[in-house]
Order: sequence, then structure tokens, then C-alpha cells
Amino acid sequence: MKTAAISLPLLLLLSGCGGVQSALDAHGQTAILLKSLIIFVVATCFVVWIIVMLVLIWSLMRRRDGQAADDRSLHRRITIAVSGAVAATALIISGLTIASFYTTRGLDPARDPDMTIRVRAQQWWWQFIYEDADPAQSFHTANEIHIPVGKAVRVRLESSDVIHSFWVPSLAGKQDLIPGRENVLTLRAERPGVYRGQCAEFCGLQHSHMALFVIAEDEESYRQWASAQRKEGLQPREPEIVAGKALFMARQCAACHTIRGTEASGTTGPDLTHIGSRHTIAAGLLENTRGSLAAWIADPQTLKPGNNMPIVPLSADELRQISAYMDSLK
Amino acid sequence: MTTERRSSAATDVDLDDAELDRQLDRTWAGRTSFWGAIAAVDHKVIARRYIVTAFVFLILGGMLALAMRIQLAQPEARFINADRYNQIFTMHGSNMMFLFAVPVMEAMAVYLVPLMVGTRNIAFPRLNAFSYWVFLAGGILLWISFALDTAPDVGWFAYVPLSGPEYGSGKRADVWAQMITFTELSALAVAVEIVVTVLKQRAPGMSLDRIPLLVWSMLVMAFVVIMAMPAIMFESSTLIMDRLVGTQFYNPAEGGDVLLWQHLFWFFGHPEVYIIFLPAVGMVSTILPTFVQRPIFGYLPVVMALIATGVLAFGLWVHHMFVIGLPRLAESFFTASSMAIAIPAGVQIFCWLATLWAGRPIFKTPLLFVIGFIITFVIGGLTGVMVASVPFDAQVHDTYFVVAHFHYVLIGGAVFPLIAGIYYWFPKMTGRMMSERLGQWSFWLIFVGFNLTFFPMHILGLQGMPRRIYTYQPEMPWGGLNLFISLSAVILFSGFLVFFIDVARSWSAGRPAGQNPWNASTLEWAMNSPPPPYNFRRIPVVDARDPLWCGSDELPVASGLRTDRRELLISSVVEALPEARESSPRDSVWPFWAAIATSIMLIWSIFSPWAIVWGSIPIAITLIGWFWPKGIAEDES
Amino acid sequence: MKEQPVLDVSKLPLHGMGIASPAWWGTCTFMLIEGSAFGLAIAVYFYLMSLAPHWPPDVPPPDLFAGTCLTVLLLASVVPNVLVSRWAQQRKLGKVRIGLVVMSLCGIAPLALRIFEFPAQHVNWDESAYGSIVWTILGLHTVHIITDLIDTLVLACLMFTRHGDNTRRYGDVEDNALYWNFVVIAWLPLYACIYWVPRL
Ligand code: HEA
Ligand code: HEA
Ligand code: HEC
Ligand code: CUA
Ligand SMILES: [Cu+2]
Repeated sequence: MKTAAISLPLLLLLSGCGGVQSALDAHGQTAILLKSLIIFVVATCFVVWIIVMLVLIWSLMRRRDGQAADDRSLHRRITIAVSGAVAATALIISGLTIASFYTTRGLDPARDPDMTIRVRAQQWWWQFIYEDADPAQSFHTANEIHIPVGKAVRVRLESSDVIHSFWVPSLAGKQDLIPGRENVLTLRAERPGVYRGQCAEFCGLQHSHMALFVIAEDEESYRQWASAQRKEGLQPREPEIVAGKALFMARQCAACHTIRGTEASGTTGPDLTHIGSRHTIAAGLLENTRGSLAAWIADPQTLKPGNNMPIVPLSADELRQISAYMDSLK
Repeated sequence: MTTERRSSAATDVDLDDAELDRQLDRTWAGRTSFWGAIAAVDHKVIARRYIVTAFVFLILGGMLALAMRIQLAQPEARFINADRYNQIFTMHGSNMMFLFAVPVMEAMAVYLVPLMVGTRNIAFPRLNAFSYWVFLAGGILLWISFALDTAPDVGWFAYVPLSGPEYGSGKRADVWAQMITFTELSALAVAVEIVVTVLKQRAPGMSLDRIPLLVWSMLVMAFVVIMAMPAIMFESSTLIMDRLVGTQFYNPAEGGDVLLWQHLFWFFGHPEVYIIFLPAVGMVSTILPTFVQRPIFGYLPVVMALIATGVLAFGLWVHHMFVIGLPRLAESFFTASSMAIAIPAGVQIFCWLATLWAGRPIFKTPLLFVIGFIITFVIGGLTGVMVASVPFDAQVHDTYFVVAHFHYVLIGGAVFPLIAGIYYWFPKMTGRMMSERLGQWSFWLIFVGFNLTFFPMHILGLQGMPRRIYTYQPEMPWGGLNLFISLSAVILFSGFLVFFIDVARSWSAGRPAGQNPWNASTLEWAMNSPPPPYNFRRIPVVDARDPLWCGSDELPVASGLRTDRRELLISSVVEALPEARESSPRDSVWPFWAAIATSIMLIWSIFSPWAIVWGSIPIAITLIGWFWPKGIAEDES
Repeated sequence: MKEQPVLDVSKLPLHGMGIASPAWWGTCTFMLIEGSAFGLAIAVYFYLMSLAPHWPPDVPPPDLFAGTCLTVLLLASVVPNVLVSRWAQQRKLGKVRIGLVVMSLCGIAPLALRIFEFPAQHVNWDESAYGSIVWTILGLHTVHIITDLIDTLVLACLMFTRHGDNTRRYGDVEDNALYWNFVVIAWLPLYACIYWVPRL
């Protein structure tokens, strides 16, 4: 299959490898299967194109001296050539259909998953719910999930407003999240790593800024992370952070965000219980630092125009305190 | 019937050519005043307006594309904000599909079909005028809303719930839906005219197996319009109802379904792309033989391929919805049916190649664009076959890979043949040749610019760049290619610029063309350029598939039509045996008023359901005025 | 190009009737368009039905009386309709005049019954998707009755003017009759769908 890779456009296509969010940079079981299908189909079609082009060039350039000696036999020869080409077309598309059929079958999600994560997409961030038979053990997070390497993780996809699409190209193909319906997708990372994904269905103003990260790690790190997430939000001691916490509860923040272990239990915005432990904020918009947290809280509408978090007027001190509190929620 | 009255009426039987021309001109020519122009029903006049308007929309849509390319040239650019960008790509898509591509193809049909089948005007010429005015109103509605910053911002397929009552704020989605109603109304009207013109007004002797391929493609296109457009009319109306009077079609909480929208949309939307594509291949099949001076190889297979494409078009809409969570069986079915389209497409490609092979190519601009078409359309078709595979599509759906696919098929597959067609028929339409030198320039600029612009989008798609994003972050590896694409778009733009300059110059200063500058074989080349208002002095009689290549410089014609009223021939469906003489309506301002009344009703109904009731009254009045007999010669029987 | 007359068409009629008339073909094409729309409405009905746990959702099936009366009435109207068409073909002005008046009444009567059909559904258009689709189907069909009624009324007036006795007018009457047949026939599947499918 890969022998065709010498050709220039194909090389160009394959140079798609290596991006942070690329279908050809496959590290998940599904994505690897899809990648070989993609290469196979592209190579086949490329060969078809080359043949058609060669015939085209020949038809245009061939020398035509004398000609038309015997129009009838010429006509018959062309008829045979054209019929042969049509038959070959039928054959090739049958081959491609069968190849895609078997690839889909190879992706069968029916096998028992090792764990399940529920995803609720909303304008314009991802809510992840790690469910557990024991409700006390389940927890929420946002825009970032951790999964154990080599385990089949079933992702149950729902939407609470419009249609979104869950897509982490290095791990698997995309699947829509549709209000009033539920879809599932199985992820299985073969290698540890951070895999970026992005909402792929146009969902309004900030569709461009609706990224997520999948962090695949070995089983041990995963378990540590999960048990840390199950804990309640840290109780602050430093005076700045204590003040930040009080502010958070006093201002509108608590009406929209949940911090487990405090009275903040809003559900409009992401769960912030362990916001400090996430790599990015606002669905991949900014790297998570104290500075960017402050910038976000000070003016979310400039950074991500139209998103559903309003500007909450805060003085410079208050802003510093609140962002210190956020940062402390590891 | 009233055969006895015939003797009293003037017929063309004993007239010499000059006198006949004079009499026909008196009967058929429109008035040149302002109201005369409004009242015109000559298919050539209407088609010219249609084509020019559609090209204006191409320019406007192209400007929007450039705006998007400036914004995307670098990460986190601030040239256009999110809200405006969403309006712009929605406008670009809707404008290109509904105001440019479909109308321009229908306009070409309105111009060419009556000439090619050898008749004097399209069937239902007043409906034709009406359809143009409605189309114009729809376009103006969309662009005014854009100027007022209330343009639709939900994408050209306006998925619910984003466009529904809950998330689509203001009147933006309503403007989109109503613009659809306008353009579909006009498209349906044209489709009816084409069907009846082709079936009933062909020149005597033009049996089904002698119909020019362009006419076949337009006929199939018209039937596809008739079967597909009701779906989108139904859909846009129900969307407005959901938004205005609270019906629940798309609300899952009350038993509605958001996927219903997608099924309805693509049941229309997939055939829609073949509505654009079929006329284009008809043009290729007509132009290519002229430039190798040899009849097309495989007339019958090509006709069958056209019909097969039209039929299959209704069996693969779900391939736009491969990631909604389909049952396995449906996935396989729609993969297979989508790929099956490669067979009729292949048949046509192979027949064209065979024709090229067997003939002697003359490398004039139209042929260059046809060759460019073959090269790029095969790429676009093959990427179509790629995305038709469900697992493949799971990775590239809603990415720039799909954007690349559809620009390859839309521009490479439809706009290239269209430009070839403009170069080819411009002499007929205006009586003047376009410049060969500028033509070659525009071809190379467009061909190179196009490929440089759109080929890298495949790679972007595989690299994970979703479509419809107004910006991306610097850490994504997309900046370089995007900049490259935006720069290449400038080459593409300049190619179009050369083309438009050529059109503008040649229109007034081109070399006179004569009747048949390309030595083509079809009937539209049998009269002067531009054609007189009555098209044919006498209706031709056809006894071959390529009537002008019969080796004789005499055209067999029919005589006996009246000259004191607008009269043309009706012939039978299969054999095209003459059945009756029929009058063709005179100019009338009523279609214009009917279009105004319709526009008022449609726009008003965005705001109030009562518009349907009260707005219908003026429509009824104008329609009665339109159809009420005036007791003129055309009314005789 | 020089022209060589090979065919004389001056003996042909000045206006075609039936399948030789573009208007007839135009009417058929419009019927195809509207037939597609009705077909689609039915498809949507069944699609929504396939999603719903109960059908009709939480309301009794529609009352049969008004809808059935209307169906009978429409079917009965086919008789005068066919007669008018035949008279038009025979160019009997007097009979056509009477026939058109009768057909105008045949257009008004179903509208009166239609008024009772909407409440007979036991559901409003904005209560559920079920309500929306049945109201839409009824509305769509009502629009067709109204358009044909107006067409009939205008034609009836025309036939009483000096323009009446003209093959073209007779052709219009025939096309109008054809269209009314379509309105009647299209109603039958819609009727079955609205009134009987919920009872299955
Ligand atoms: C003119 C318009 C046009 C044409 C002709 C086509 C042609 C085809 N298209 Fe395309 N398509 C669009 C316009 C068009 N499309 C648009 C606008 C969209 C996007 C809408 C949106 O989302 O905004 C789209 C999207 C689209 C999708 C959905 C992708 C997605 O959203 O994820 C799919 C999936 O199957 C598809 C498939 C095809 C196929 C199989 C063909 C076939 O008809 C192609 C057949 C042609 C060939 C195959 C080449 C010639 C054949 C040969 C040389 C023979 C040899 C070939 C083989 C052996 C394979 N198209
Ligand atoms: C026939 C249809 C058609 C055509 C011709 C084009 C033409 C172009 N399109 Fe279009 N495009 C679509 C149909 C089309 N597009 C559709 C359906 C979508 C999807 C929308 C959606 O997602 O909803 C889309 C989306 C789309 C996107 C993706 C946007 C996004 O997802 O965010 C992009 C991005 O680059 C793009 C670019 C271009 C470019 C650069 C051109 C160029 O070819 C344009 C070339 C330039 C011109 C044609 C202008 C020429 C004008 C002059 C030279 C001026 C002369 C001046 C005078 C005479 C006064 N298009
Ligand atoms: C009206 C609701 C609302 C209020 C009030 C609100 N937020 Fe938010 N917040 C949101 C939403 C919605 C988001 C997700 C925005 C997005 O990414 O699109 C968010 C995101 C955030 C994030 C980033 C979370 C992540 O996981 O990326 C932080 C941190 C945050 N808010 C802090 C605050 C603080 C501090 C306050 C008070 C000063 C506050 N919010 C007030 C709704 C709100
Ligand atoms: Cu969510 Cu796009
Ligand atoms: Cu399609």
C-alpha cells in the first residue's frame, strides 16, 4: 500500500502527519485503522487519476497523420476500451465499498468497554461526567479528560443545546452530539500522550473555540488523577486565597459554577473543583496560568466573544484574590 | 378547427426573407421603453438578465470568499469578528449555491434550450419573466439583510436547533429560509418551462434520440428540480412556522426531531449539487465535439448516464450525515449508492476522452476550460468517492477536506464548464467574439490559482482543521498552508478579473462573430448572432443529430406559420411530429406586479402569519390580470 | 444559411387540445411538484410516527365525521367535474357555464367542512410535532382547494364574457378539471394517513 508514497501529491497528503490534531498522527486503535483505510483509498484513487491523466494527455497529443482509415473498426476498438474502463470502475468502487465495510466492522463498539465517560456538549465547552456505580464516586470535569492507555473507553455523547461533534482525530473518527439523542464512541489510546480534539459541527458563535484534550496515561497515573478528582475542592489557608474564595461565593460566580465541598453549586458553567489541575481554560482557549485565569475572569467576553460567561466587575485586588483561589484548586 | 380562418391571416408562405423578417420583427420585438423592458418576455432577454445577475452574485460571493481568506491567512487574525465571519461564510455558501450556481445554470438553459430545440420562445414566457423577478427579489433580500448586519449566520444548511426558535436569535434564520423560498420558487418555475419546452416545442423531426446533449442534461436537471425542491420549500416553511407560530417539527421535547431537518435538507441538498453539475456536463458534451470537429462518441451512454445520475441523486442524501450515529446497514447502503455514482460519471469522462482521442483538438479557450474541467473534476469526483466511505468520512467530515472536495466539484466541475460555455456562446449572445489572448490568460490564472488555492485544503483537513471556524490558534500547524491558500486565492481572483474584463471589453468592442464562428453542429448556430427576437425565420426541420454538420448549406425548414401573431410549433413528445400551431404570449407587466406582490407576501410573512392571508389577495389580483384574455390575435383558436 | 421549405404546417390547428397543449403539460408538471410535496408531507408524518412511543401522542385519534364527509363530498364532486370536462371538450358553452357554477359550489362546500376538521384532531399545531404535521397537511391541502376554487370562479366569470366561446377557454376548463381531480385524488392518501393510521 505504501509504495505509492513516492508520488508528490501523496507525499504532500501524508505530510499531514505530526500535527497536534491530525487524522494521520494516529495513536488510537480506531484512528490507526482509519489511517490505513485512508492511505489505501487515497492511493487507489491517486492511481486512477494518474491513469485518466495519461489517457487525456495521449488523446490530446497523439500524432494524427492519415487517420480515419477504417472508421468502423476504430469505433469498435474505442467501444471496447470504454466498456473496459467502465467495468474497471465498477470493480474498483466495489473494492473500496468492501474495504470501508470491513473497516467499519473492525471498529465494532459492541465489545464491553472498560469504563464509560458521559459527555455533555454545550455552547461552547465540554462537560465530562465520570460515572460510577457509587454516586459518591462519580465526578465532573470540563474540557479535559484522562483515560488509561490500552483500555477501551466508551464515551456517551449528549448535547444540552445544539448539535456538536466530538472529534479527537488521533484517537478516533468524529461522532455528533445531538439534542434528544445519544451516541456512543469508543476510544482506545495505544500510547500515552496528550491528544487535542475540537468540536467539528458548527454550533454558533464560538464554534472555533471549543477544543478538548484527552490525556492518555498509564493505569497508575490515571488512578491517581481520578482519585484526586473525586476529592472535594481544597480548603484554603492563605489569606489571599481565603478572600478569593469568599468573593467567589459572594459574587455571581457560585450561581454558575460548582466547587464541590463549598456552597457553590451552579451548573451553567464548568465544574471548577479542580480547575487548577487542568492544562487549559475555556475549552482550549488559553494555557492555564494564574495570569490567564485573571485575564479570563476579568474579561471573558473579549477573549471569547459571545461565550456564556458574563463580565463580573471586580477590582484589581479582588481579581487577584479570585484568580489565586482558582489557581489553588489543584 | 377554424381552418377557414387561416386564409384571412398572414402566413409566411409567399414572403421573401427580408419581408418575412420585417413582419416577424413587428410581431415579436418588445418595446424599448422602460415599461417595455419590464414587460419583456423574450427568453433571450430574460436569460441575459438572469446570467448577468447571477454573475454579479458570483462577484459578490467571491468578495466574501476573499474576506474569509484574509481572515484565515494567519492565526487569531482580527480582520473579521466571529459574528461577522459566521454571516460571511453562510452568505458565501448560500449566495454561491442559491443565487449563483443554480440560477446561472437555469439561465443558460433559458437562453439555449429554445434555440437548440428550434423554437421561438420558451414555454410559458410570462412565468419565465416572473421567475426572474422573484429570483432578483430573493437576492436583494439576502444582500440587504447582510448590509443591515442581520444576515443569516447558521451555515448554508442551517441545521436546527441552531437555526430554530431557541438558538437562532433575531430574524436571521428567517431571512435565510425566505431567501430559499424565493429562489426555489423561481427555480421551479424555470424547471416547468424547460420540461414543457423540451417535450412539446422541439423542431419537427427532432426525435428523442436527436436531442442535443445540453438539452438532455437540462431536461434531467429540470426533473431533478421538480422532485427535489419541494423538500426544501417544505423545510424552509416549517422552519419559519416553528419560529413564528410555535409548531414543533424540530423540537425533540415535543416529539419533533432535529435529524428530520437534516434528512429533508439533504434529500434536497444532494440533488441540488447535481442540479448544478448536470447542466455543466451538458455544456462539456456540447462544446467538446465542436473543438474536435467530430460528433460525440457514445451519445446513448451519455444520455443514460445523465438520467442515471438524476435518478441516483435521490438515493444518497445520507452521505452528508455519516457521523450522526447511523445503523450499520444504512451506512453500507449509502456508501455503496454514493460510490455507484462514479459509474455514470466515469461513463461520461470516458466518452469525452474517446471523443478527444478520435478527433483533432483545436486548442481555443473553451476547449482549454473543458480540459481543465476534466483534470480537476476527476480529482473532485475521486475525493467524493473517498468521503463516500463511512470510516474515511468519520475523519474528514466537516473539515477542510470536504471544503476542498466541494470546491473541486463546484468550481472545477461546474464553473469551469460554465466559463467554457460563456466563451463558447458569447458570440451567439452578443454577436461578438471574446478575446482569445485574454481567454488564455484567464484560463491559466484560474486553473493554476484554483489548484493552488484548493488542493492544500485536503491536507489541512487531514491535519484536523475543521471548517467554519473564524480563527485558529497559533500552536495549530495550519498557519503556513492557510497563508499559502490565501495568497493563491489572489491568483484565482486575478484570473476571474481578466475574465470579467474580457467580457466587458468584448461586449462592446469584440470582433463580429457571424452566424457560426466555431463551425458547431447544433441549431442555435443557424441564425444570425445575436438571434432576432423570433429566433428562427422559419422553424427548422431536423433529420440528424448534428443538423449543421450534414454537409449541405441549406437548412430544411417548415413554412406556414402566421406572422401577425406570435406563433410557434407544438410537436409530439417522442417523434417530434408537428401537432399544432400555438400562440406564444405577448409582453406583459403583470408578471412583474405578481412578483412584487409575492415578494411582499413572503417578506411580510417573516413577521406575521397573517401575511399569508392578506398578502394573497394582491397576488390573486395580479394573477387574474396576468391570465385574463385580452382578445388579441394570440387568443384566437 | 439558406432555407429550404420542406414542410407545410399551415393546415395545423391554431391551438392544441389535450396532450397537444402546453398548458396541459404545464398543469401536469405542477401536479408533479405538488404531488412531491404531498408525498413528502406523508413521509414526514411517518418519520415522526416512527420516533414517537405512542401515536398519536397522548391524544385520541381524530374524530372521523367531518373528514369523512369531506372525503365523500370530494369524491362525489368528481362526477360533475368529469362532466364539465366532457362538455368543454364538446364545446357546449351553456352546459359548461352551469357546470362551472356547480363546481364552484363543490369547491366551497369542502372548505366549510374543513373548518371542522381542525378541531376534530384534538390537538393544536403548537402542542406537539404530531399536531404540527396534521395541521400542516390539512393546511397544505386546503390551500390547494382554495387555489382551484379561485381558478374555477375566475373561469366561471370568463365563460360568461365574450371571451368564453373559445377553444382556449375550453382547454382551460379541461385543465382546471384535471387539477381538481388531482386535488381530490391527493386527498385520499392524506385522509388515510390522518384519520386511519392513528387507528391502526
Ligand atoms: C457539483 C457539485 C458536486 C458534485 C458533482 C459532487 C460529486 C460527488 N460527491 Fe460531493 N459534495 C458537494 C458537491 C458535489 N459533489 C458539496 C457542495 C458538498 C458539501 C456540502 C456541505 O457540506 O457544505 C459535497 C459533499 C459530499 C459528501 C459529504 C462529505 C461530508 O460532509 O463529510 C460526500 C460523501 O459521500 C460526497 C460524495 C460525492 C460523490 C461520491 C460524488 C460523485 O458524483 C463523484 C463522481 C465522479 C468521479 C468518481 C470521477 C470521475 C470518474 C472516473 C474517472 C471513473 C473512475 C473512478 C473510480 C474508479 C472511482 N460529496
Ligand atoms: C459555486 C459555489 C462556490 C464558489 C464559486 C466558491 C468560490 C470560492 N470559495 Fe467557497 N464555498 C461554497 C461554494 C462556493 N465557493 C460553499 C457552498 C461553502 C460552504 C459554506 C458553508 O459552510 O455554509 C463554501 C465555503 C468556503 C470556505 C470555507 C469557509 C469556512 O468553512 O469557514 C472557503 C475558505 O476558504 C471558501 C473559499 C472560496 C474561494 C477562495 C473561492 C474563489 O473561487 C472565489 C474566486 C473569486 C471570485 C469569483 C471573485 C471574482 C471577482 C472579481 C475578479 C471582481 C471583479 C470586479 C468587477 C467586475 C467589478 N469557500
Ligand atoms: C452566567 C454564568 C457564569 C458566571 C456568573 C460566571 N461564569 Fe465562569 N464560566 C461560565 C461558562 C458558561 C464558562 C465556559 C465558557 C466557555 O469556555 O465557553 C465559564 C468558564 C469559567 C472558567 C474556565 C473553566 C474551564 O474549565 O475552562 C473559569 C476559571 C471561570 N469560569 C471562573 C469564573 C469566576 C471566577 C466567576 C466569577 C467572577 C465566574 N466564572 C462567573 C459561566 C459563568
Ligand atoms: Cu460545538 Cu462546534
Ligand atoms: Cu451529496
